[in-house]
Amino acid sequence: MAILEVKNIEKHFGNTQVLRDVSFSLDEGNTLAIIGSSGSGKTTLLRCLNFLETPNQGTISVKGETLFDAGWPVSEQGKNLRTKRLHFGMVFQSFNLFPQYTALENVTLAEQLLAKERPDFKQKKKQLYADIEAHGKELLAQMGLSDRMDHYPHQLSGGQQQRVAIARALALKPDILCFDEPTSALDPELTGEVLKVIRSLAQQKTTMIIVTHEMAFARDVADQIIFMDGGLVVEQGEARQVIDAPREERTKQFLSRYTQG
Amino acid sequence: MFWTVTQALLGGLATTFQIFILTLVFALPLGLILALGTISKCKPLSYLIQIIVWIIRGTPLMLQLIIIFYGPGLWLGHNIWSGDETGRITATVVAFTINYACYFSVIFRGGIEGVPAGQREAGQVLGMTKSQIFFKITLLQMVKRVVPPMSNEIITLVKDTSLARIIAAYELTFTGYSFMKSAGITWPLFYTGVFYLIFVGILTLLFNYIERRLDYFR
Repeated sequence: MAILEVKNIEKHFGNTQVLRDVSFSLDEGNTLAIIGSSGSGKTTLLRCLNFLETPNQGTISVKGETLFDAGWPVSEQGKNLRTKRLHFGMVFQSFNLFPQYTALENVTLAEQLLAKERPDFKQKKKQLYADIEAHGKELLAQMGLSDRMDHYPHQLSGGQQQRVAIARALALKPDILCFDEPTSALDPELTGEVLKVIRSLAQQKTTMIIVTHEMAFARDVADQIIFMDGGLVVEQGEARQVIDAPREERTKQFLSRYTQG
Repeated sequence: MFWTVTQALLGGLATTFQIFILTLVFALPLGLILALGTISKCKPLSYLIQIIVWIIRGTPLMLQLIIIFYGPGLWLGHNIWSGDETGRITATVVAFTINYACYFSVIFRGGIEGVPAGQREAGQVLGMTKSQIFFKITLLQMVKRVVPPMSNEIITLVKDTSLARIIAAYELTFTGYSFMKSAGITWPLFYTGVFYLIFVGILTLLFNYIERRLDYFR
């Protein structure tokens, strides 16, 4: 069954149409890669899923529950926005780690703040915080960063920062983890270490949506691929098919630039 | 004579310090509130604050002090400030607070807007509330950004306190000046400069310390 269903999403900024009738669905445990040239609307689509942008048309449902419907009144759309956001995790192109917190604090901060809202927070404070810290350490260890937990972001390499950001996004156990060009700000060497982590997440059946320019990676790791151009979904299908045997002329043109290079 | 003057000037310094501290205590939070008002989505509020800031920054502090101190008596028919030293100091603190809050608000606004949008977005996608994002993420990054320009303003405030002599508040400069009339000597007035220098010197060390304390992140 599809964990995520996106139907007929439209988004425009002023007169510029950025997304046109975008629909797709994603099965639990699958990885979806979104490819396409800059300005094709990939990032905007991810931002819509994370409620950082509000679509002008369409619906978004997770596990059968409609989280967003453009037909709803604005007050209804804004209701429980925080809870709705928690269905999705987001890893940004520019990491966006909090500079004043250590790697571990970056991972645990949101979880600690959520714990404060629990009715039993006061009685169980110590236990909750201990659990959260243990969870954070475990996630960082999984990212291969056990020896970097007390470092501040500026003391870490780009690849390390991005891995902390992935741990931070995983900490709240989102249903779907989104990556917005996670390696575009990294040099090839550091790109490898981040891709390795994402690959292992795919093997553990984490449901993911990855906007990427790494075609070989998308082909190997993703189950599904969507190719976008000018705000439209031009082609979507099984990953190897889209990369190795694209049906649409526009997809062929786009991919040829990668294979020739 | 030297000790008599020094003692009198220390008394004046106490008043100067009182005006300085009270102005900071009130103007810092007020400035932050004004800054948040300026960047708020409520346009009428934002415009109103921008007009106030324009008026306050556009007129001399000395004029504002005179209006605050004499205005109520002249136009409302009764003086709201008590006639003693306390009344004069209170009026000074009120005028200074309004004036400095406006300058601070512009610095705070710059500091808040200087924090990348990605920081707020990262907080949002982690399910944080607006106030959690402000207090846990934005605030400290803003503070780090505003320390250098704020140190400038705060050092200016030390010397602006001397304007209180215009309504006869016995702060440092007025105390030094009064020796010219009472004893016919000019050196106490020049001697006040030493007090200001030491005051600002201590502040400079304090700001350096704060900058170093915030140096652990970038």
